[in-house]
Amino acid sequence: MSFDLSSLTDSLNTEFPGAVKTIIEYRGETTLVVLKEKVSEICRSLKDDFGFTFLADLTAVDYLEVKTPRYEVVYHVHRFGPEFDENIRIRLKAEVEGKEPTIDSVTPVWSGADWLEREVYDMFGIEFTGHPDLRRILMPDDYEPFPLRKDFDVRNREASKRSFEKELERGTE
Amino acid sequence: MERVEFISEESVLDTETGARTETMMLNMGPQHPATHGVLRVVLHLDGEVVVKAIPHIGYLHRGIEKLCEHITYQMCLPYTDRMDYLASICNNIGFILSVEKLLGIEDEIPERAKTAEVILFELGRIESHLVGIGTNALDLGAMSAFLYCFKERERIYDILETVCGARLTTSYPRVGGLPLDLPDDFEEKVRNFLRIFPKTLTEVDKLLTRNRIWIERTKGIAFISAEDAIDLGLTGPALRGSGVPYDVRKAMPYLGYENYDFEVPVATDGDAYSRFLCRLEEMNQSLKIIEQALDNLPDGPYAADLPDVVLPKKELTYTKMESLIRHFVLVYEGFKPPAGEVQHAVENPKGELSYYLVSDGSGKPYRMRVRGPSFVNMQALPQMVKGSLVADVIAAIGSLDIVLGEIDR
Repeated sequence: MSFDLSSLTDSLNTEFPGAVKTIIEYRGETTLVVLKEKVSEICRSLKDDFGFTFLADLTAVDYLEVKTPRYEVVYHVHRFGPEFDENIRIRLKAEVEGKEPTIDSVTPVWSGADWLEREVYDMFGIEFTGHPDLRRILMPDDYEPFPLRKDFDVRNREASKRSFEKELERGTE
Repeated sequence: MERVEFISEESVLDTETGARTETMMLNMGPQHPATHGVLRVVLHLDGEVVVKAIPHIGYLHRGIEKLCEHITYQMCLPYTDRMDYLASICNNIGFILSVEKLLGIEDEIPERAKTAEVILFELGRIESHLVGIGTNALDLGAMSAFLYCFKERERIYDILETVCGARLTTSYPRVGGLPLDLPDDFEEKVRNFLRIFPKTLTEVDKLLTRNRIWIERTKGIAFISAEDAIDLGLTGPALRGSGVPYDVRKAMPYLGYENYDFEVPVATDGDAYSRFLCRLEEMNQSLKIIEQALDNLPDGPYAADLPDVVLPKKELTYTKMESLIRHFVLVYEGFKPPAGEVQHAVENPKGELSYYLVSDGSGKPYRMRVRGPSFVNMQALPQMVKGSLVADVIAAIGSLDIVLGEIDR
C-alpha cells in the first residue's frame, strides 16, 4: 500500500464532509487541521484504512490571546513501513474552544492515548469525553489550576495551594 | 483518588473450593529500592497473585515544559539533562537536533560535529543499557553483573568528562555544532574503551544469558504481545523485545545514521528476557557504530558558520567589539526561529524521545513538549503484571528500564 497524502485527505473528506480544514507543509512535516467533532472517527479511519497503527504523541497548545479557538490538541500518528524510507508520520490538529474545552477521546483507537490524554487534562484542563479514567496524573488530585495554560500565574501561590495546606492554615488561625 | 485501604470489601468466590477470598491492597513505593525513583504502584493481590496494578506517578514533577516557555532555546539545554539522567547526552543531542530542524539549518552542520555527536550518542546508549541491565540484575539478586556494568559506566563517564567537563549532567552540544573542539586524546580514549568493553560485555553475557536463575526469573515474565506493544505506543527495547523492528535511527534517520552499517536487534518472545537480550545486542551494535564513526571522524570546523545562531569564538569575543556585541545579543535575546512548529524524534536508549517545539518567532519557545519514552512505556506495566506474582512486578519494572525523571519531567 503506497502512501499518497492527497488520496488520504480526499477519502477523509468524502467520508466526513469538511473533515480536513487545512494542510500545512513546514520543514518537511505535514500537518492536517481537522474538525474537532470528527476527530475520533478520523483517527479510527486513519488506523483501520491507512495503517497508522502507532500514536507517537498526543499533546495540546494553549494559544491564549494569539488566536481563537484557544486550544489545539495535537496528534502525531505514525505508520510503520517494511523499509525505513516508507515510515510516515503526520500531525493532526484539532481546535478546541476556550470555555469548558472538551474533545472526543481516542483511547478506543489507540490504548496508548490513555496517559497522554490524562496528562493533557492535567496540564490544560481539556476534558476527553469517553476516556475511561480521566484523573490528574502529574499534579496532586486536589490541585486546582492547570499549569500549562498561558494564563496560569506562576507567582500566585494562593491559587496553587492544595486543600490540606488550606486546612492547615485554617487550623493555626 | 485511589482509596488507601488494606483489605477491600469485595470478596471473590473460588468456584472450586467454595471458599471466599478477599483481595489485599499493597502499596509498592513511593520509596522502594526496585522502583528506581519515586514511583508508587498500588497492587491488588489475591494471595501472591497480582489482580490489578495501578501506577501513581508525578512525585518528581518539576514542570520543565513550563519553565522552558520562559527562557531562550539555548537555556533549555541544561533542563534536558535532568530528564533521562542516565543518558543525558542523548537528551541533549535530541533537543539540539529539534531546534536545528526548527531553524532549518540541518544541512549547514559540519560533518565533524555530526560524527562526534554520533559517537557520544552511542556512548550514552551503552551507558544507559549498562545501568538498565545492571539494576535489573541487582533487583533480581545478581550483584556481580551490576558491579561489572557500573565499572564500565565509569569509563564512559571519564570520556565524557574530558569532552565536556561534566560526568552526569553533560549539557554538551550547541545549536549549530559543538561548543569546543574535541580534546586531543578523545580518539585514543574511545579506542581504549572499544578495546576493553567487549570483554566486560562477554562477561555480563556469560553471567546472565544462560544463568538458570536469571532465565527462570525473566523468561515468560511481563509478557506483552506485538499488537499490544504497538497499540500502547511502546518504543525502544520494550517494543523490539516483542518483535517489532522499529528503530528511529533506521525509520527516520538523523545525524547521518543511514550511512552506518548496523543491525536492529529484535527478539520475539515479548518477555523480560527478550528485552534483556535486545539491550545486550544493542550495545554490540553501538560499538560497531562508534568504531565506524571514529574511523571516519573528519577534521575541519566543529560549529556551523552561522553568526545569527552560533556564539563567536572566545578569543574573538575578547578582542573584537562586534563579536562581543553579537555574544551579548545571543546570550540575552537568543536566536529567533521563524514561527512554525516541528517535531523531531531520536532513538534514545529507552525508546523514542521526541521534542515538539512551537515557535511564535520570538527567542523563547512558545511551547515545548517532550515525549519521554519511559512515560509511555510505563503504561504497559498494569497489563504486564496482571496475573503474575508480586516478585515478578520487580522484574517487570526492571525490564522496562524506566527513569522517573523522564516520566515526570
